[in-house]
Amino acid sequence: MESKYYNEDKLLIIKLTEEIDECTVQKIRRKADYEIERNMPRKVIFDFDSVTFMDSAGIGLIIGRYRIANMLGATVEIANINDSIKKVLELSGILKIIKIIETEAKAG
Amino acid sequence: MNKLNNEMKLEFLSKSSNEAFARITVAAFAAQLDPTIEELADIKTAVSEAVTNAIIHGYEEKKGVVKIRGQIIGEELIIEIADNGKGIEDIEMAKQPLYTTKPNLERSGMGFTIMESFMDEVEIESILGIGTKVTMKKKIKSHTEEDEENLQFTPSC
Repeated sequence: MESKYYNEDKLLIIKLTEEIDECTVQKIRRKADYEIERNMPRKVIFDFDSVTFMDSAGIGLIIGRYRIANMLGATVEIANINDSIKKVLELSGILKIIKIIETEAKAG
Repeated sequence: MNKLNNEMKLEFLSKSSNEAFARITVAAFAAQLDPTIEELADIKTAVSEAVTNAIIHGYEEKKGVVKIRGQIIGEELIIEIADNGKGIEDIEMAKQPLYTTKPNLERSGMGFTIMESFMDEVEIESILGIGTKVTMKKKIKSHTEEDEENLQFTPSC
């Protein structure tokens, strides 16, 4: 996981760089929460461009970050998901509350 | 016609770092059926869910062995994932979307829902104190007739 904060836009981009499952999710969760609480963004974008695999551990990850961001007054969007990740997210119903966007890879 | 074309067995310790190993190995085994990328992703996700359940719920993160048996029968992939863990008290309840016995640590309760949506058939057998076995089946439809003839057992490639 890498992240970059754009102060002028109060935008935090969290770029996920690994396969997301029960094994990897705990570390991602810790790092993402740290970045959200440290920067207090208005918007958090999770960039899935480099994610090749995600199971239901990713659902919990996104819902959990959505709750925290929401509490701190930020919105959450997810970017660049592939078809199989979209399928997992659709089943969970969270796409009703979280917007999917396509974006240029702003986080470097 | 529906005879066993191939079979594999896999055993590993109940460590979540083995989830990737398990799903990649099963996907490599399934690749013989010439699945689409989408079918392969479905299989990997379903295997990941079942293995996570065995580790987190079956063994409750204690040391145990997860066993996987894969079979290819005709154009069907059959995957059994078994543990000797605590077993499931109420299988019907466990299958409900969003139901989880461990809501801490953000478990979504979507494991069985994903298995059932991504595979054609999912059967759960569980005995309390003895263990759980999940059997999942998926037909891989992407063959031509010519390929099906080649699916008959041959000792090598």
